[in-house]
Amino acid sequence: MASKNNTDIKSLVIRVCVGTGGLAAGSQEVIDEFTKLLKKKGVRAEVLKKCVNKTGCRGFCAKDVLADVIVDGISHTYQLLTAENVARIVEEHIVGGEPVEQWLVGPEYHAFHDKQTKILLHECGHIDPEDINAYTEIGGYNGARKALTMKPENIIAQIKDSGLRGRGGAGFPTGLKWEFCRNADSDQKYIICNADEGDPGAFMDRSIIEGNPHSVIEGMIISGYAIGASFGYIYIRAEYPLAIERLKIALSEARSNGFLGKGIFNSDFDFELKIKEGAGAFICGEETALIASIEGKRGMPRSKPPFPAHKGLLGKPTVINNVETLATLPSIMTKGAKWFSSIGTEKSKGTKVFALTGKIKNTGLIEVPMGISLKEIIYDIGGGMEKKNRTLKAVQTGGPSGGCIPAANIDMPVDYESLAAAGSMMGSGGMVVMDDLTCMVDMSKFFLTFTANESCGKCVPCRVGTKRMLEILTRITEGKGKSSDIDLLLELGKDIKLASLCGLGQSAPNPVLSTLHYFRDEYEAHINEGICPAGVCKSLRRYTVSDEACKMCGKCKTVCPSDAVTWEKKQKAVISKEKCIKCGACYEACPFNAIL
Amino acid sequence: MSLKVDEIIGVVSSVLDETQKKRGTLIHAFQEIQKEQNYLPEEELVKLSKELDIPMSDVYSTATFYKQFYFTPRGRKIVKVCTGTACHVRGASKVMDALKNEFNVGDGETTEDLAMTLESVGCIGCCGLAPVATINEGIIGEIDSPKLSKMIEDIKED
Repeated sequence: MASKNNTDIKSLVIRVCVGTGGLAAGSQEVIDEFTKLLKKKGVRAEVLKKCVNKTGCRGFCAKDVLADVIVDGISHTYQLLTAENVARIVEEHIVGGEPVEQWLVGPEYHAFHDKQTKILLHECGHIDPEDINAYTEIGGYNGARKALTMKPENIIAQIKDSGLRGRGGAGFPTGLKWEFCRNADSDQKYIICNADEGDPGAFMDRSIIEGNPHSVIEGMIISGYAIGASFGYIYIRAEYPLAIERLKIALSEARSNGFLGKGIFNSDFDFELKIKEGAGAFICGEETALIASIEGKRGMPRSKPPFPAHKGLLGKPTVINNVETLATLPSIMTKGAKWFSSIGTEKSKGTKVFALTGKIKNTGLIEVPMGISLKEIIYDIGGGMEKKNRTLKAVQTGGPSGGCIPAANIDMPVDYESLAAAGSMMGSGGMVVMDDLTCMVDMSKFFLTFTANESCGKCVPCRVGTKRMLEILTRITEGKGKSSDIDLLLELGKDIKLASLCGLGQSAPNPVLSTLHYFRDEYEAHINEGICPAGVCKSLRRYTVSDEACKMCGKCKTVCPSDAVTWEKKQKAVISKEKCIKCGACYEACPFNAIL
Repeated sequence: MSLKVDEIIGVVSSVLDETQKKRGTLIHAFQEIQKEQNYLPEEELVKLSKELDIPMSDVYSTATFYKQFYFTPRGRKIVKVCTGTACHVRGASKVMDALKNEFNVGDGETTEDLAMTLESVGCIGCCGLAPVATINEGIIGEIDSPKLSKMIEDIKED
């Protein structure tokens, strides 16, 4: 349709995903190419200025680079774009008026979004995070504005009624925490936003800040006013440069709009915020350690009580809320407690953001109502297993503090109580899907390595205990496990949980204890038979070809880096024990699971 | 180096006493020194200790607690290999081993000519693209063997 020319287009908006995932996949190149080609085509300059809008993460990182091309209000979304694709889209879609069908998002994209309930992530990916007007135009800061006309006690009551619980992991009722701090008598109080997201496999907080930083700032204004704090800190890990940059822009914009500073929103309430960059210590996600770090000390936790709500930063009453908790507040203020508590289960209200990763088809950021089943998350939103010939083994939630839910239990609802009852925890929202090629002993070892490294060393059960557990796990994966090791792990795990000072130590044994509970047979196979059933533990590997299952395709020979596979057409493959370097390439490549 | 304490901590300074103020700037000061010098040289820490009136033992104890700070010079290219859960599952150790062999350095070490420093890091937050590594600010995702060879070339290029 060459008849349609540029001047027919009244408005053109192109939205390219520029979260960390998008940038890594090359979204900057895509943006540059669009800008260059549109200029060449002579699309009018005033259109051009607006045409490339930077948006935050829309959560479907597996299909990056994603871009919406909106011609006169009609939007089409493209997936897996590279700079090379841009020319054809400009030519056929923007100039010609015919979208390039083959690159448009498919049913997976819609399935990924349909089962989600987006409150927090609703604006992420749709508004420009570097423009405060984009946020205020959709009603942003109305929650804070409304809160400032209310009595602090009434705000706290409303949050209590909503049933909101802390999204950082433990799930303590947010309203109650505020009330403790509100009632504490002091000349100075503080509000802290905990953005020290450190769980491996979790990136919810980063995406919220990158996609909609103003929602966090607004949440802090609301909570600051409710507890009576005029200062706040955002403690964010230095590993998130883009999030820090966007927060800085957002803070200065909020300041110049009179949303921060003296007498905000023309009230008599003063509120100021400051960013504190973390310096790389997982333990600083723990409340008292975080406070020590802000004070300029070693980030080590102390025993509680006194709780931070009574004696926190510099000895003053302090509330520490997670990014997700804070970003939820504006919508509770505007839409009401009843609306919020209508979502979710009896004890877990609202939605939860998860970072869905691992051996699953659609990896990315998802927001689901509390109480949804794991099955719906994995098969409807996640699109099932990454590889068709693999089966689901378990889902890990809660990162290094959580545990595994075996495939048999995936009908279980996702809420604080159910996860805890299953030996795991909600955690901050990491959700790693594992297939039958994942070794549970190796996985426990991985998490224990993490916690043993991150233990601050203050208390003995955690410092020494995690180290000893790690040694035992290491020897099991090396085929040197003793028959007494399982009992020893159970005993150590129990003691560490009971005796550790802070949440890190108290939850560090969880990955081991939960896999021991559900997958004890795997530990026993390692120890008693010297076999790693998933074929992960290197020292225990012995690759052979199953005569029954081998379909003589020769794929294993193609991938073998050490020439250990002998195969001719119409013959079954044989693996040489001498030449095999146990890399596992053939095992992964075999489409028929014929390599054991 | 003179520290503008009030500037660093902003409005909060109005409610803090002098000791609290100085203490609160310590980690920020480390970050500034490292931004400029690439690591924390001992003489800078001694100066800082005097300036802030915090014992050197305490300064050193605080600096060593955090993983972000280094006490030896760093390479021009910082190569970080993510070993978070998703990357671990998708073969981060293969990437790490290949780089170790190629440049003859261990985890956390710098080559003699200061060309590169190799590090394994916890999750960098783009698990959808696992395995992931970064060279300075650039992110490389879904590393397979062609991408790995390209990476090695990029690192060698000055």
